[in-house]
Formats: sequence, C-alpha cells, structure tokens
Amino acid sequence: MSARRHISATVNGDPVEFLTEPGTTLLDALRDELGLTGSKEGCGTGDCGACSVTLDGRLVCSCLVLAAEAEGRRITTIEGMAEGGVLHPLQQKFLEHAALQCGFCTPGLLVAAKALLDAHPDPTETEARYWLAGNLCRCTGYDKIIRAVMDAAAELRQEPVR
Amino acid sequence: MSDVMERPAAAAAYKVVGTRPVRPDGADKVTGKAAYGADLMLPGMLTGKIKRSPHAHARIVSIDTKKARALPGVKAVITAADFPDLASEEMAGAEESSNVRDTSLNCMARDAVYYEGHAVAAVAATSSSIADEALALIEVTYETLPHVIDVEAAMASDAPVLHGDMITKGITPAPTAASNIAHEHHLNRGDLAAGFAAADVVIEQRYTTAAVHQGYIEPHATVATFGADGQCQVWSASQGHFAVRTLCAKILGLETSDIRVTPAEIGGGFGGKTTVYLEPLALALSRQCGAPVRMVMTREEVFRATGPTSGGVVEVKLGAKADGAITAAQVVMKFQAGAFPGSPIGAAVMTALACYDIPNFAITGYDVVTNTPKVAAYRAPGAPIAAFGVECAVDDLAQKLGLDPLDLRMKNAVRDGVKAAYGPTFKNIGYVETLQAIRDHPHYVAPLGPNQGRGVAVGFWFNIGGESTASVQINDDGSAVVATGNPDIGGSRASMAMMAAEVLGLPIEKVRPIVADTASIGYSMLTGGSRTTFATGMAVAQAAQKIVDDLKRRAAQTWDVAVDQVEWLSGAAVCRDPSKGELTLAALVAKSGETGGPIGAQVSLNAQGAGPGFGAHICDVEVDPETGFVTVLRYTAAQDVGRAIHPAYVEGQVQGGVAQGIGWALNEEYIFGPDGKMENAGFLDYRVPVASDLPMIDAILIEVANPRHPFGAKGVGEVPIVPPLAAVANAVSAAIKVRMTDLPLSPPKIRAAIDGR
Repeated sequence: MSARRHISATVNGDPVEFLTEPGTTLLDALRDELGLTGSKEGCGTGDCGACSVTLDGRLVCSCLVLAAEAEGRRITTIEGMAEGGVLHPLQQKFLEHAALQCGFCTPGLLVAAKALLDAHPDPTETEARYWLAGNLCRCTGYDKIIRAVMDAAAELRQEPVR
Repeated sequence: MSDVMERPAAAAAYKVVGTRPVRPDGADKVTGKAAYGADLMLPGMLTGKIKRSPHAHARIVSIDTKKARALPGVKAVITAADFPDLASEEMAGAEESSNVRDTSLNCMARDAVYYEGHAVAAVAATSSSIADEALALIEVTYETLPHVIDVEAAMASDAPVLHGDMITKGITPAPTAASNIAHEHHLNRGDLAAGFAAADVVIEQRYTTAAVHQGYIEPHATVATFGADGQCQVWSASQGHFAVRTLCAKILGLETSDIRVTPAEIGGGFGGKTTVYLEPLALALSRQCGAPVRMVMTREEVFRATGPTSGGVVEVKLGAKADGAITAAQVVMKFQAGAFPGSPIGAAVMTALACYDIPNFAITGYDVVTNTPKVAAYRAPGAPIAAFGVECAVDDLAQKLGLDPLDLRMKNAVRDGVKAAYGPTFKNIGYVETLQAIRDHPHYVAPLGPNQGRGVAVGFWFNIGGESTASVQINDDGSAVVATGNPDIGGSRASMAMMAAEVLGLPIEKVRPIVADTASIGYSMLTGGSRTTFATGMAVAQAAQKIVDDLKRRAAQTWDVAVDQVEWLSGAAVCRDPSKGELTLAALVAKSGETGGPIGAQVSLNAQGAGPGFGAHICDVEVDPETGFVTVLRYTAAQDVGRAIHPAYVEGQVQGGVAQGIGWALNEEYIFGPDGKMENAGFLDYRVPVASDLPMIDAILIEVANPRHPFGAKGVGEVPIVPPLAAVANAVSAAIKVRMTDLPLSPPKIRAAIDGR
C-alpha cells in the first residue's frame, strides 16, 4: 500500500482537507472523500465532460486531474453553483427549457456552460456548441441545452429575453 | 381493473396537460443532489470488480482464485460456481423475451467465454486498488477457439459454432445439425412472384449497418447487500427495478420476496438497462462476505461487455407500377445477436414494411449468434436497421419512377382500416398527417447549395402498454403524492404529476411524484417500449379519478345530498344546490376522519390499446468533397404523439432520438480487430454526436388522440430513432449522387464513393 498524502484545498469557497493515494483522481476524491457526488464519471478518460469542475477558475475534467494536484488550489463543483439556495440563471434556464432528460450529464454541462459565460458573456450559437463539445449528452440532441445557455447568457447580460 | 376510460377531451379542455411546467425532480438534477447508481455510500461498503476474458472465444479450462483470496483486504471472490446452473427458461420482457439461462451465463461465464470482455470472476475488496490487485491474481487457463464476428460469416456452413446444442428455430423440419442461426423468422402476404410480375419497375439493393451502442452517459452501477437473515437489498440504476428483482432471484436461486430493489436515478438507458450485469454479482459477493458491495463499470466495460444493438444486413427488392403503387416487396435481414440468441430481428421483420400498404411481400429474418457482446434492447429495437434498408430502397424507387419521394410514400401509406404488415388493423393512426406536415413544411422546399443534399424517411414503432401500478395519496394540506413503479428516465415524473393534477383539479406544484421501490408499490413492467406515459399514466389517471369519486361521496355525505348532486370542479366539490357552497380538497381532507379516513387510491392494470407511432423526417446535409466529411445542416422531424402531456419533454424525445440516429448513420460503429477484440472501446474512438456536430432539430408534434388513453397519449420515445439512418443516407446520396448503402457513412467511405463516380 502506498502512503496516503494529506491535501488542503478550497472547494466551493470552503477549506477542505483529505487524505489521498497518489493515483487517486480529483473526481474520486471529490466523490468518495468529500461526498460531493454531483460530479459524475461517465468515462474516466476526459471524453464526456460529466466530471467538469473548475480548478483555479479553469474548466477541467476532474477525472484527468490527480487529487494530489489540488493542494492549495480553488475548486468549484456543481454543488457550488447555486448561491444560498438560489439557482444560478443557467440552472433555472435548464429547468425552464427542459434542457435535461436523465440529468446525468447536467452537472458537467452546467459547470462548463458557466465557464463559457464567465469568459464569453455573449457567445454565438456556434461558439456555445463548440465550447460545450466536450460535454456529451445522449438524451437531448443538445437543442434545448443550447437554447437554455443562450437564454441564460441574455439574462445575465440583462438583455430582454429573445 | 379495466383499462377502458372515456374518450379523451379536446386539448383546449385541459388546464395542466399540454403545458410546460418545470419538472418536479428538476432542482435536484441541476444542483448535483440527485443520487444515481454510483452515488450511494453505505458504511463498510466494499468495492466489487470483474475479471474479464481477453479472448473472443475460448473454453475455460480452469480458474484458480487461491492467490486472490489470500490477498489482505479481499473479502469475497466468486465465479460461476457460486451460481446455480440454470435450465433454459424464456422470460417475458417489456419488448422482447429473454432467456434466464443466457442472462445468467452472460453475467458470469461458466464453461466458455463467447466475447472479449465476458465476465469470468469477480472480487470484493476494501479498496479499489486492492480489488484491481486481486483481479490480477486470479489465474484463468483458456483453450482459445476460432471466433466469428461478421453476421454472414457466422451463418456460413464452415463457421465456428458457438453453442453445440443450438438448433435453428422457426423452420420445419428442424435442422439436425447445430449452427449459429438461432431463429429464422418469416412474414408473408399475397403472391410475391405475381406482385413482381405486375410491376413496371423493380429495384434491388443490399444495405449493411454496424453494431452500435446505446451510449448512455452513466455506466452501469449498483450497491447490494445480503443480510444475515437472507433479506437482500439492491440499489441500482435500471429501467425496471421489478425486472432486476426477478432476474436476481432467478440467477441466484432466491425467492423474489427476499429481494428489495430500490431504483436509483438512471443516467440514460435507451433499452440498454433493461437487463442485469452487475446486480447478481454484487449480491453473490455480499452473500459471501456479509458487507455491502458497490460495483460500477468503467466506460470500457460498458462498451466491451454490455449490449450494443446488432450490426445487420438488409436486402430489399421492391416492385411498383409506373404510378408508384408498390406491388411487391421482398426483405431479407440478418442480425448479429452477440454471444447468445436474441437480436431484435423479430421486431425488425414486423416493422420493416409497417408504413406501407403492400399486397404482396415476403420478409425473412435471421437471428445469428456471434462472438460479440450479447445485444440488448436499443430504442425501437431492430426497427432503425430495417427502416434503413427499406427507406433507402423507397427513395431509389421514387427516383427511378420520377416521383417525389414523399408523394410515393403518401400513395402507399397505411391508413386507418388497413391491415398492418405485422397483423392488426390500424386505428386512430396519424401517419398520413405526419407525412403531410413535412410535405407542407418550408424545410421541404428550401433551396440547397452546392454539395448539399436532402433526404426524407419515415418510421414506425408499435409502442406497448402492459402492467403498471400507481398510487395517489392526499396529504393533510390538500396536496397529493403520486407513486409509481417506473424509473424516470427522461421526465416521466413530470407527466405522471401532470395527469394526476389534471384529474384532481390541482395545480402541478401541489402534486409530488415519486418512484417507489419494489416493496412499496405494486408490480410494474419496466420503463421501455414507450409505455410509461401511456400505461402507467393510465393507472395514475384512474387512481386520481377514484379519489375524485371518493371526494364527491364524502362531500355528498357532508352536505347530506345524493352523490349525483356533487360535481368536482377545479379541485373542489361543488353542489348543485347553490346554498351549500363548495368544499375544497383541503376542507375535505380536514374532515376526512369523519368521512371514512385517509384519502388515497391505488390502481393496478394491464393497459391495452397503446397507439402505434409514426414519424416522418427531413434531413439536409453538406458533404465536403475534399474530405468526405458530412455536416448535418438542418433536420425536421414530425411525429404523431397522440397527445403531448408535457410538450417540451416530448420534443426532447424526438430531438434525442434523431441525434442518436444521426450518430448511427454517420459516426458510430463497433470496430473489431482480426483477433475479435473491440478496437474502439471509449468515447474518443467510438464517437457519439457532440453539440458542435448537430443543428437545432425541429420537432413537429402531430396530435391524433389515442382513444384508449385518458388524455389521448401515445408512446413517443422510440419512433424518432427509426427514420434518421435512411434520412441521412438519402441526403448524403443525393448530395454526392451515389447511393450509399453501408453505415456508418464515414469520410473514407464517402471519399471512395466520390472517387468511384
């Protein structure tokens, strides 16, 4: 058995500490050590985006990051998106547009979409589609997801909806 | 309970049905709180993992687990020896029957492995890394055998035979020698030779498709615990927890009453989660060590060891008069079943010509075992493959006759009163209406640019009803809880709550829907066959109606009037005698102790009369002549949905089915090496459509009400994957002016077709 290493990080604004084996992914640490099961494993190879989180503000697949790399870093997950029990406009628009069916890809898509709108508040539909191309959804055909993201972007820019 | 209700009212009469409220389980799903199969943690829970065959076909000589058992932290090791050796037994499913012996042997190989990835042993350990180490210590000795992947190679007389006792069913006299052909299906009408003799034009073509996976984003996952008293609990993401219970009981030799299965949220299924892979293994591991065991597949395991659908060959010959009347059709289909019989060939045979009124036809289908993972249901199982061949052929026929492809389909369309190719007489179908809707759509006449092409195709699916239970309980604040036994895979909680709200006269926010475990609700067939909104929705509506009848009785008792003096309007009892005023649901609940006790009702039924579904699609593509890459420019899909309970989720079903169909047509395929091993077992190399691959998908909902459902609903989930394979192929063929016949239409194939012009 390899030695477990002590990690201190900030997750959704709160300080956290956990022990991890050298080979453990950030995704597994979030889910198994911190109980944050909102991030999902769909592939474990960085292809599906269901495990999307931000690491120091940068969008990453947490299945491709080692838990040990989280030392001293800021991580935000889906659990940190709603503030004080109030849904983020993206979450609200996903509900209003029926942009989820099974909901398994939804946390990763929301984290990725928020990273998009943080970086590019006024994306074109094509830009949104390419930004979210790393987040697989097998249920919706993406139509309503893209509409929800564009609608949320408009709301966040405080423009009249459509 | 009878399933016959009054005819559905006009849509305008509804207050909740047909609106687009936020789904009741939505907040949990956008905040990460919803618990899927892999999200449950129990104290002392172990990690279970599976040892899998590296060979496509081999005899298992021996399995030595001693070293694995001796590893510290390993708590249980199982092989087929830990399961009863079952006799062959067919078990009814939602859409297809399955053989329990085959399902058991697919979960855990006994004497032979039939595909790379076939499970041969499993372990439970205190950590994931110890479980991995233990798997490496299990020593399996194989005697490798010749394998066969291709369906026609498997049918050849010199093919390696997978199952020495398999005699082809469906032909008389039965063959004397074993082969890989499990079943031969025939469906015939009229005089085929006379039909072709009467034709002015005959076309003939052969089409092929590759095996494709359902591709749900959530890998299979379960937690199971086997109590010291023999009472078992299973949590798993499946399309039917009652089916999981039955299969676990049979495979482990337990009583169903000893197993309680709780449905986790399910991260997509599309038919692929209608069977079991992990649950019996987790239970057997837990039985050995007494601790809860969690098993979660990797994506690679999902590809290598869970059901894709068949790769197939479809040969189509059509004959028609000069005016377009089809006089004869001959269809021959050969489907890969994977390691055990059970490809969706039966449904393919029945659906192949279901959109057409043809006097003479002969359809033949072969169910063929191959050294590939055992296929599982995939959205309208079999129908997309059959429709790919038939719809491409109909397009070629239109071209040869100089007719518009929609006009040709309209001329030969089935209508009410026509006897379907598969037997029954159609009633209340909306097929012609869907054809007309796309004929009239601006998309159909929009101009096309260079290297662009347009394709149309139609599709059919039966939809089913079946056994369902629903209970509705009224809370002390006048709100309601609706419980059903059907996992919510795409928003069915919303439609269940809406139907109950409509009947009870409550706003949707006052109705909370739940999915109950196998010990908390009556039996329900699984969520599949596009049955839930139809059949379980019928049970929900009837249970709500029983409550309304009861509330009217209670109000009449309170007012001391005859019950026929009471009406139920907008959530309140209203007396014909205006001096009595009204009694709201909350007021009636407050006095329920005086009028008969708590208010609730349960209905169990076997729903009949599911209306068949039809879709008609238009696809525009652009082909890059340099690279052969196809871009889908525009897609329009019209479908008869009976009545859309929650139109946004119905549109979502149509859009999702189209997206999967586009993936099937353009990208997706199982690629096997000469050693019989899958070479692309990951989402990087098995490419499902991503957001940048697709345009918006325009879903047109046609509502020809189904009179057998309280609100007119028909199943909607499966039809939309039937037409896209041919719609895309017809569009690509039109763009490059070469008939494309082999899916997927990958760039190298398109380049070769362009070069060969």
